Amino acid sequence: MSGSAEGMPNPWLPVPYSVQERRSETPDTVTLVLAPGAGPAPLRFGPGQFNMLYLFGIGEVPISICGDPADSQHYVHTIRSAGRISDALCRVAPGATVGVRGPYGTGWPIREAVGHDVVIVAGGLGLPPLRPALLEILRHRDRYGRVEVIYGARSPKDLVYYDQIQAWRSRPDLRFQTTVDTAGHDWHGDVGVVTTRLPDARFEPKDTVAFLCGPEIMMKLTAQALVQRGVDRDAIWVSLERNMKCAIGLCGHCQFGADFVCRNGPVVRYRAVERAFSTREL
Amino acid sequence: MTATPASSESPLRLADHPFVWGMDPEFVARLSSIAFERSFESGALLVREGDPAEEFWLLFSGKVAMEIVLPGRPRTTIQTLGSGDIVGWSWLIEPFVSRFDARAVKPTRALGLRASRLRSLMDADPARGYHLLRRLLPVIAERLENTQLQLLDLHGR
Repeated sequence: MSGSAEGMPNPWLPVPYSVQERRSETPDTVTLVLAPGAGPAPLRFGPGQFNMLYLFGIGEVPISICGDPADSQHYVHTIRSAGRISDALCRVAPGATVGVRGPYGTGWPIREAVGHDVVIVAGGLGLPPLRPALLEILRHRDRYGRVEVIYGARSPKDLVYYDQIQAWRSRPDLRFQTTVDTAGHDWHGDVGVVTTRLPDARFEPKDTVAFLCGPEIMMKLTAQALVQRGVDRDAIWVSLERNMKCAIGLCGHCQFGADFVCRNGPVVRYRAVERAFSTREL
Repeated sequence: MTATPASSESPLRLADHPFVWGMDPEFVARLSSIAFERSFESGALLVREGDPAEEFWLLFSGKVAMEIVLPGRPRTTIQTLGSGDIVGWSWLIEPFVSRFDARAVKPTRALGLRASRLRSLMDADPARGYHLLRRLLPVIAERLENTQLQLLDLHGR
C-alpha cells in the first residue's frame, strides 16, 4: 500500500525521517530535529498537533510537534523518557531513522486568539506542545494583546528550552514567568505550582484566550482559577493526553467520554471536558 | 537578621495591604497601632525555624522564600511569596514556634505585627478576631492545597 484511493498518504504507513539533530534538554528529555529522507517535505502542521513516531522493531508513540510552524523542512519533537519506546527515542543518535505518521489532531486556535490577550500555562512537558503556538503568536505579535506565559517544572534542572526561555524573558512584549516545585538556594525564581503565579498575570479576563497544557489536574485547577477570575470557559483551551494508537479515530484506545482524543483532540475547549475532568476513572 | 527599621521611601500603610482590604476600618486602625515597618536585604531572615514566632509579616514588595533545612542536605525552597502575601501563622498556634525559615531573596519591605499584642487584640474583640481568622484560614488552606499539589508532582509529567 503506498497511498489511499484519494491519493493521500497512507495513514498507516510511517514515512522514514532522519534524525538531523539531537539536543539534550534535561537529564531525561531530548529534542529531536527530524528531516525527511528522499521523500517529500513534511506536511504543514498546526500548533498543538502531534505525530506518531515509530522506531522500527520497537514501537510507536504519539509525540507533540514542538517546532516552528514556519519551518517547512523539519519536524521537531521534545521527548521525555517515560517508557520503553520513548526511552529508545531519547537514545537515538543523529543519522538514525525514525518513522513518522502525521500530523494528526486538532491544534491551538491561534486565529481565534487574534485581537485578544493570550494566557499560556504549561506544566512539566506541557511546554513543548505550546511552543509552536507561542512562536506563531510572537511572529505576528502585533495581532495580539498582552501575552502572558506561566511555565512550571518540577525543579530548575527540569526546565526545557532553557536558553530560549531566557530570550523570551528578555522580550518587552511578553511576560514569561517560570516556577518550580522545589529549588535549592541557588534558584532565584519563583517556587510553587503554576496557579500561584496567576494572580501576577496581567490580562483582561473578558478579553482573554487561554491555552493550557500539562497534567490534567494542573489544567483543571488552572482553568478553575481562570474562570474564577472571569475568563469565559469557551475561551479556555486544554490539550488532552491519552493512549493513542491508530491516531486516526479508529481503534478507540484514546477514548475520552464520547470522543477520541486523536480525532476530536488533543486540543479541545475546556467547557467540553470540564465535567469529564471531575469524572472518576475516566 | 539583616533588617533595618524603615526605609527612606514613603512609609507603608497597613490599610494598603490586600490582607486587610474590606476589614472594619476601626479594627485595621487598631492593627496599625501595633504594626512596624522593616526592610530586609536579600539573604536576610524574616523568620527562623525554631525561634519564637513573635511577628506576623505582611509583604509589600520583594520576594521571600520559605525554606526547609534538613540535616545533611542543602536548604530547600518550597514556596516563594511576594507583594500582597503574608508570612507566618505559627504566632497563632501554640507553642508559637516558627516551623520554617523565611528568607528575603530580593530586597523586601514588610509590615510586622507583634504577635503577642495581636493575640491580645483578637482575644479582647472575639468578633473581629474571628474575622481576622477567617481571613487567615483561606491563605493557610490554599498553601496546604498547593503543598498537596507539589506532592502530586504536578509539573513532573
